[in-house]
Amino acid sequence: MARITLDHLAHAYRPDPHTADDYALKEINHVWSQGGAYALLGPSGCGKTTLLNIISGLVRPTRGRVLFDDLDVTDLATEARNIAQVFQFPVVYDTMSVRENLAFPLKNRHVPRDRTAQRVEEIARLLDLTRVLDRKASNLTADMKQKISLGRGLVRPDVAAILFDEPLTVIDPHLKWQLRSTLKEIHRALDITMIYVTHDQTEALTFADKVVVMHDGAVVQTGTPDELFERPAHTFVGHFIGSPGMNILPCRVEGATAFIGDQTVALQRTYRPPYGERMELGIRPEFVRLQPRGTGLPVRIRRIDDIGRARIARVEMSGRALAASVPDGISFDGDEAALALDPRQIHIYANGHLVSGESIDGGRA
Amino acid sequence: MTKTVNNKAWVFVLPVFAIVAFSAVLPLMTVVNYSVQDTFGNNQFFWNGIGWFQELLDPSTELGGRFFGALWRTLLFSAIILMIEVPLGIAVALAMPREGWTVALCLVLMALPLLIPWNVVGTIWQVFARGDIGLLGWTLNHLGIDYNYSNDPIDAWVTLVVMDVWHWTSLVALLCYAGLKSIPDAYYQAARIDGASRWAVFRTIQLPKMRRVLLIAVLLRFMDSFMIYTEPFVITGGGPGNATTFLSIDLVKLALGQFDLGKAAAMSLVYNLIILAICWVFYTVMTNVDAQRERVEA
Repeated sequence: MARITLDHLAHAYRPDPHTADDYALKEINHVWSQGGAYALLGPSGCGKTTLLNIISGLVRPTRGRVLFDDLDVTDLATEARNIAQVFQFPVVYDTMSVRENLAFPLKNRHVPRDRTAQRVEEIARLLDLTRVLDRKASNLTADMKQKISLGRGLVRPDVAAILFDEPLTVIDPHLKWQLRSTLKEIHRALDITMIYVTHDQTEALTFADKVVVMHDGAVVQTGTPDELFERPAHTFVGHFIGSPGMNILPCRVEGATAFIGDQTVALQRTYRPPYGERMELGIRPEFVRLQPRGTGLPVRIRRIDDIGRARIARVEMSGRALAASVPDGISFDGDEAALALDPRQIHIYANGHLVSGESIDGGRA
Repeated sequence: MTKTVNNKAWVFVLPVFAIVAFSAVLPLMTVVNYSVQDTFGNNQFFWNGIGWFQELLDPSTELGGRFFGALWRTLLFSAIILMIEVPLGIAVALAMPREGWTVALCLVLMALPLLIPWNVVGTIWQVFARGDIGLLGWTLNHLGIDYNYSNDPIDAWVTLVVMDVWHWTSLVALLCYAGLKSIPDAYYQAARIDGASRWAVFRTIQLPKMRRVLLIAVLLRFMDSFMIYTEPFVITGGGPGNATTFLSIDLVKLALGQFDLGKAAAMSLVYNLIILAICWVFYTVMTNVDAQRERVEA
């Protein structure tokens, strides 16, 4: 059981990193608290797997330290850390039975035979593998194999954290949900830190208590799913999380007014530029209402999609594409309409980062 | 799916039939024809039925004795080189680098012996091992080791085995290397996390994943060594005495040396059947492995 601390951690795959661009993983300071369920979310190639491999010890970081509780494990070999990892493609030992597969990590650590047998039975029960214990592991389906790789991690009684590297990639869609709930159950049953790497926001948001969003080798935001949705700290988070993602519009800000092309939007807070050369206004489609012509910012409707729980309109405003929600029971004749933005849900970004501004009466938030 | 039936296709297959008929079927039939007849020269042939086969398969006769002697020597040779080349090939493959410019260098160096024509390999070793001018023979003799492959049967065998190992271990190594390269990194990483020792990684990951290429390697090496002719012919000529007279060498002696066409024909047919039978066993084993693999992946 351990708290995992990443202290000024950075990694470059090339031997002589000079500029920030040489680093696959830019400097990270983060604490994974004991027993948490974390998701590491980001697009392919953003450094998620590198970070995971550093924690498990498969990769040695170029700079910085990894601490388990207060113990520095940066130079400790993988097998000496109490970490388990489940990979994208299920790894089972083909020639062994499921029982032997589960016992393998204990056998390698010279745990007494009766103790091993007992532990294997426990884990098999937990993962619902008891039926197949004596079958050859190579003949099972991908989701079973993935459970076996998870089981090989859980079977070690000292394991402090389990790392998942996109574990559901090769699982059939109807089994993904099932396997994910198994993971949640295990997390509740055992007091184990879980770090789950994925590029799928649904997986991340349903699995984790806390989501760490990575972009281009750096952590851009850490927060609960609600925080990520309501207050994206970076335009990337706004865009990456949510379906469809946040509307991001280049703008000019003066005081409590944003100028988008020749339109003006009133803000609830006042901003004092210059923050940087690239100012943007972000608002989620859920907080943009499509209304009849003449009642707000004029737009042209491109198409309306029915996505089940809501209708989303794809519109165009002064040449820029936006998504907006369409209230029930409203219809439009022609393609002319207007937008109403919920002023409380408007965020202003400078060079991609959220700026909080000051409330109108002068106090800084 | 519908199949298009077009009888014109037969026309295109015809040349193949013709070539196979002239290159394989007709010569084989000639051999079958010889094997049931006896000749005393002058192109006069007399019917002998299965007489040659009876004699050949009876170890107490002169022909049978020499056939089983050669068969035993050939099998022993194949067994020895397999027992050396397979483990050695695996060891070399495991020791080869996985990435970097040394990979290409290793591959080229390893492929070199495979590119040399067989009679050249024989000639190289024939000279190399000579006691008077050959580097190997001369050095051994000057170190006080009595080595002479043309007098001592053991020396002759050692020379042939070492030559074959030098010539063909790279083939096994290259095949194993290909098998090793196909193992995803995740397997090694999982093994490290599971705390597996180097030996456990070999037993539980590398060897099972190499099983298929190893079967191919064993098949190729067995077939080639079982039919070995050129190198021992060049180096020892089958001697000293009959010490290195393998089946192929004996066959040529019988057919072209003594011109016993009937006996030689019977011997070559039995030789052929043995090879076919062993091929069949290997084929069955390999397709079983494949079937198992498909069941696994399904």
